[in-house]
Amino acid sequence: MTDDHSHIVPYQTFVIVWCALLVLTGITVWVAQYNLGAWNVWVALTIATFKSGLVVAYFMHMKYEQWLFKLSLLSALAILAIFIGFTFFDVLYR
Amino acid sequence: MSGHVHKDYIGAKFGMWLFLFTEVLLFGGLFILYAVYLARYPQEFISAGGELDVRFGGGNTLVLLTSSLFVAISITALRREKVRLAMGLLGATIGCAALFMINKYFEWTAKFSHGIYPGSEHFAAMKPGEVVFFNIYYLTTGLHGIHVVIGAIILAWTMCLIRSGRVNAKDWVILENAGLYWHLVDLIWIFIFPLYYLVLH
Amino acid sequence: MSEASIPASAGRGFFGEAPYRGIFGWIFSTDHKRIGLLYFWSIVTFFIVGVALGVLIRLELFAPGETIMGAQTYNAVFTLHGVIMIFLFIIPGIPAAFGNLIMPIQIGARDVAFPKLNLFSWWLYMTGACMALLSLFTGGGPPDTGWTFYVPFSAQTSTNVSLAALAVFVLGFSSILTGLNFVTTIHRLRTDGMTWTRIPLFTWTLYATAWIQILATPVIGITVALLFAERVLGTGLFDPTQGGDPIMFQHLFWIYSHPAVYIMVLPGMGVVSDIVAVFARKPAFGYKAMVVSSLAIAFAGSLVWAHHMYTSGISDLAVMVFSFLTFIVAIPSAIKVFNWLATLYQGSILLDPPLLFALSFILLFTIGGLSGLVLGSAATDVHVHDTYFVVGHFHFVMFGGTGMAFFAAMHYWLPKIYGRMYDKTVATVSWVIIFVGFCILYIAMKVVGIQGMPRRYYDYIPEFTGLNQLATFGSWILTLGLILMFVNIFRGLFYGEPVGNNPWGGASLEWQIPSPPPTENFGDEDPVVTHGPYDFKKAGIL
Repeated sequence: MTDDHSHIVPYQTFVIVWCALLVLTGITVWVAQYNLGAWNVWVALTIATFKSGLVVAYFMHMKYEQWLFKLSLLSALAILAIFIGFTFFDVLYR
Repeated sequence: MSGHVHKDYIGAKFGMWLFLFTEVLLFGGLFILYAVYLARYPQEFISAGGELDVRFGGGNTLVLLTSSLFVAISITALRREKVRLAMGLLGATIGCAALFMINKYFEWTAKFSHGIYPGSEHFAAMKPGEVVFFNIYYLTTGLHGIHVVIGAIILAWTMCLIRSGRVNAKDWVILENAGLYWHLVDLIWIFIFPLYYLVLH
Repeated sequence: MSEASIPASAGRGFFGEAPYRGIFGWIFSTDHKRIGLLYFWSIVTFFIVGVALGVLIRLELFAPGETIMGAQTYNAVFTLHGVIMIFLFIIPGIPAAFGNLIMPIQIGARDVAFPKLNLFSWWLYMTGACMALLSLFTGGGPPDTGWTFYVPFSAQTSTNVSLAALAVFVLGFSSILTGLNFVTTIHRLRTDGMTWTRIPLFTWTLYATAWIQILATPVIGITVALLFAERVLGTGLFDPTQGGDPIMFQHLFWIYSHPAVYIMVLPGMGVVSDIVAVFARKPAFGYKAMVVSSLAIAFAGSLVWAHHMYTSGISDLAVMVFSFLTFIVAIPSAIKVFNWLATLYQGSILLDPPLLFALSFILLFTIGGLSGLVLGSAATDVHVHDTYFVVGHFHFVMFGGTGMAFFAAMHYWLPKIYGRMYDKTVATVSWVIIFVGFCILYIAMKVVGIQGMPRRYYDYIPEFTGLNQLATFGSWILTLGLILMFVNIFRGLFYGEPVGNNPWGGASLEWQIPSPPPTENFGDEDPVVTHGPYDFKKAGIL
């Protein structure tokens, strides 16, 4: 019933990732005190992307899945990026 | 099914991931609107977003990150046949979900008591950009809150299956998929928190 | 294909093995063929309702002014015609009905990856359909917004748009779950030897379609959910008085609804690819180009949504960018048309009903597609936007395309599923009548549109009377043809001559098993595939 290539992730990996997530949360709260103008959003999004990358890779085991899973995830995110980005052809230049 | 029953773990997980993509794009529609209206009303978003309390958003961030840790560990625990530990961690996750919703309840009631809700007089007096901010804030966090509740129900159901032995160290894919759903709830919040509670201060 | 794995006894196949008694053997069955037939019969029912509404619209437009109904009724009728045809017929039409019936067999699977989820999809479909029908009789009366539900009107009208919006949400999730099921099935359940280049082109188009269903449909879900929230909770994200932007509704709506056009037409292209190869007795020309163009259409279709909004007040830059991108979609579509023609070239063609419908797909889709370029190009679109030219255009690609492909699929695969053959002569006659009626109806629409008649209007100036009457005559001929076709094929399915395993001489897996197929499609052993889907020589057909 079990499939062999399914990796059992040790507890300590998860705890390390959790610590990293807390640190990143701290950083994003700390950075938010400073007014970076338009960069506020981009810095916050970059940190959020790192955090979600950790959650996806370790908590959701994406690191241990086949290429099909990774490629599908990238396609879905690319399509979302297109949907958001192309809307701005209209919104920014109206 | 004449003896052809076999479980395709990779298929089951892949199907769950495909479903998660649909959830991402469902929220994606709201993030598109957030991006567009932020670009249009930068000042109003700051004046309105400044009224959100970082302590509520930050506290809920910690709650959800920790709950995600619990779920992740519970899968390892179940596969190492530590059934009671796995059940306990799932229970703790559901506790976190409850904490999150209680937190949310106090946050929203505080806003409501200041007259900030669709249709109120105070709402009508605000600038259009500020109204848009609060509308999208309520809809996004509201939809996310619904997902927290659904996730908690799924985890509770998974606990029942573990108790009955249907989900066990040899056959754990339902727990894996329930966990994936819960992590998605966390992922969405990882983006909601900075966009609504931090960058607008 | 290994002959040993195919059971000798044909009998009644899966019809003889109901899991429960009576109707419960259908509505609670997880067999992909039973679910496919559930979809097929529900979809055909809604199609007939949609046709009846279309005929009513044409009757009303027979003369200027009020003819058979008032303006408010007219608005409700064309809205309902659109909602039924789009959400209940053409989006689920080929994937949910024929995809469920045929796709698992084509890849050598015993069922889809998630059979229970598949049944749940049908239940969601029926729930959504019932909600859509319920919205006619409850609340403030039938919705009158058109199937596009544009704000601000849809947010303000007193008719029952809220329930209809929820219906679309539910139908969307039915579509998503079908797509999710198909992608997983095609990745995980292909039998031994069914490599990616041995997958029949019909299944390939379903694969491309399923990805659009997964990635685009959630956006319409959130859009109609926001419309519902705007109406019920007052959260006016699209309401200018609350700082919202009505054009953002159009963006979100078309982010789904343009890719949805390819959800509608791609499976039809797959049906035509399969049929053209089988009836020309030649391998599909440019198999790999066909696969790549299917995926390219699915991808490029996600980049062009704002070409529905040139006159909505979007930025000039957006008009230019989306107009340019729109032309890109024409390339893979043209690749398909040329490859079908190249497949037919020098083939030993059998002019049977499935091929006739497939050929009319190629012709009508090409005409519709080319008139689509007139609309995709911003300079010309401004003049014909929201005229009957648009209505003519999308009926050519949707009805002339997907509708004809649906009929082609009916004539091609239903004898396999039911094990009985219809009267081919009557089918051919009905095809002629449908084709003639179709051309009269929709060419007249295009011409009257070029002359300036706006779409969705209840009334028109007397100058347009002649062409409108011509179109209405065409609708009668078309309806006559449809009645003849349905009566003939349904009679055939229940009372026709039994057919063998392979009435058309196909080389893909569905023709190697008995008609009707047994419950798990294949006997005790899974089939082993040793050649491509159009290798008629190795399959022993030639």
